[in-house]
Amino acid sequence: MPLLNRTISPGLLGLALGALTLLPASALAERIFVSNEKDNTISVIDGASLEVVETISVGRRPRSMAFSSDGSELFVAVGDDEAIDMIDLETLQVVRSQASGDDPEVIRVDPNRPYIYVSNEDDNIVSVLDYERRTLVTEIPVGVEPEGLGISPDGRWLVSTTETSNMAHIIDTETMEAVHHRLVGARPRHAEFTHDGREAWVSAEIAGTVSILDMEETFDVKHVIRFEVPGVPQETVQAVGIALTSDGRYGFVALGPSNRVAVVDQQTYEVLDYILVGQRVWHLALNGDESRLYTTNGVSGDVTMIEVDSLRAVKSIPVGRFPWGVIVEP
Amino acid sequence: MSTLPRAFRWLALGGLALGLGWSPLVPADTPASIVVGYLGMERPDDQEPLSVLDPVIDDEGLQGARLGLNDNNATAQFLGQEFVLHEAVVAQGGDVGEALESLVEQGVEWIVSGLPAAALNEVMAHPARGDRVVFNAWAPDDELRGEACHPELYHTTPSRRMLADALAQFLGFKQWDRWALVYGNTDEDRILADVLRASAERYGHRVVGDRMWPHDPMARRAEGGFHAIQREIPVFLQDLPEHDVLVIADETDYFGEYFPFQTWAPRPVVGTQGLMATPWHRAHESWGAVQLQRRFEKLADRWMTPRDFGAWLALRSLGEAAARTGSVEREAVLDYMLSDEFELAGYLGFPVSYRTWNHQLRQPILITGPRMVASVSPQEGYLHPRTPLDALGADEGESQCRF
Repeated sequence: MPLLNRTISPGLLGLALGALTLLPASALAERIFVSNEKDNTISVIDGASLEVVETISVGRRPRSMAFSSDGSELFVAVGDDEAIDMIDLETLQVVRSQASGDDPEVIRVDPNRPYIYVSNEDDNIVSVLDYERRTLVTEIPVGVEPEGLGISPDGRWLVSTTETSNMAHIIDTETMEAVHHRLVGARPRHAEFTHDGREAWVSAEIAGTVSILDMEETFDVKHVIRFEVPGVPQETVQAVGIALTSDGRYGFVALGPSNRVAVVDQQTYEVLDYILVGQRVWHLALNGDESRLYTTNGVSGDVTMIEVDSLRAVKSIPVGRFPWGVIVEP
Repeated sequence: MSTLPRAFRWLALGGLALGLGWSPLVPADTPASIVVGYLGMERPDDQEPLSVLDPVIDDEGLQGARLGLNDNNATAQFLGQEFVLHEAVVAQGGDVGEALESLVEQGVEWIVSGLPAAALNEVMAHPARGDRVVFNAWAPDDELRGEACHPELYHTTPSRRMLADALAQFLGFKQWDRWALVYGNTDEDRILADVLRASAERYGHRVVGDRMWPHDPMARRAEGGFHAIQREIPVFLQDLPEHDVLVIADETDYFGEYFPFQTWAPRPVVGTQGLMATPWHRAHESWGAVQLQRRFEKLADRWMTPRDFGAWLALRSLGEAAARTGSVEREAVLDYMLSDEFELAGYLGFPVSYRTWNHQLRQPILITGPRMVASVSPQEGYLHPRTPLDALGADEGESQCRF
């Protein structure tokens, strides 16, 4: 029920109606949230008009975002405040804030329990927070500078990447212990599970690679995807954000300062295309029906919307300074 | 008593090296060791930073090695490896050979040098070194990477030429092409002045005039010193030809800090003071550098310097190569370090790696003011067939190094 209320909020009603005749229904209800690392704000983009309709003030240095399991709140890791800000998705206000430990960067939400997993870069740990009881559940030691976190669709496995150890630590969420440690490319940034839970894709910024971890049996790296953008210095080809379509068709990889998004065949790992977007493309998010891919472009300060069918960049939307993460309301 | 554990370590090392060849994961209770020695020299008594805001540091370099050790071991614990660090810091004019011998006796297999060029050359020629590899984390001399290069000598700190080229690229980006040069009367400053002239030529700048500052070491704390400086410097500079920037070569930090805001013409001061080219700076926080700065400050209770960074890079090079190869054996580690596969994350945006022709670590260089980073070189638009990083310093074709 709260979902309905939200989409027909008076402010958006006019915009939504205006666009009704032009766009497919799916894009209408869509709100895209973008964390502006340098501005301490979240930009809210309306999916129909592709314009910023709201800017939410949050704590200092907002980066990773995640929705609560019931979809009522947006969690934002605000690194310099050492907290997770929680935004009510009806009022678009920060309604509470929970201490997170040192320098939270990436967060993920457990699909079954009211837990937030937080990578604390300074302390070499992954913290587990209970956002209902507002307590610290436990701390899981990993390597140096934990950054990326990926959680399996069934919630059983958590993958934590550590930037200086260059490892993917595979954490059993039942025992809350890291049980496997696998070397991946230099400065691993992001971990994303395929929707069937069989693989975890781990990007490495400095190596410019994506390592595919087998999550069924061996937990080993079973393939490494490399990228080469013609006419672009290889050092600038750095792999960061990853988005995987649920039909198993495409994997999208943000390639940082090469200003491209790679399109990868999720089954064969073949790189199919490179799409030019804004400067220093960082993170990616698919929308609800996976017809659109949104990218944050840190240096140019905008968000690019890519049409998944045609694999074309359609529009870039100016947001705040240094947009870092992006997430689309389900 | 003291020989027993050492002998045991050698046994453990020999036994484990075999096992590691098969699998990168061995039980954590029997780690394979890499034993590193840090060999440094005390700071000369008369060399303190000119500004009272800069701390006088007595453990420069050493703390970087210690942090590198901690970082390596945080990863090594998952891989059945272990890093051990032994430290030796000799007095000014002390016996470097003796310190080297004692490190070798403690089982040191790799050496990180916090020594100036002359003492480093002594170490390279000393029989106790055997064929152990030395990482130069301190001396910027191009000669060590050129005519005096050595196949077992690696350089994690940039050469003077790399720093000068990095600055020249940035000044090219600004189109500040006319340089006036002021250099000190030390050997280092005369060498740096020549290096700056070479960089100016490479990147299309003109040194329109130069002056040698005839300095004597001045009292660091002198009340009212600026009254004299305020009158002296404009007069010293007033008949230089029209220029865009004033380039200072003062490596020992005797006089350069006096120059900003005291010039005859209203021109920025760049070089060793003012806007500087440096491998590391406290103001640098991009690409996750803030994490390294924080870890260092927690450990050392002070800021990380370029020399600390050089020592950290040496330890991390070993850590990365040992982790990737699953080996602690010298040959395997070195092969990997010199291969195309080796990519170390140095918090500078681009991966850093070793040049095969002189074993210099190629790395981005910060262009920074005293309190804020202005840019990072290589600058956009300066191309190179291999990597833009190789546009900084002696390239393969021009290097005088022959291994």
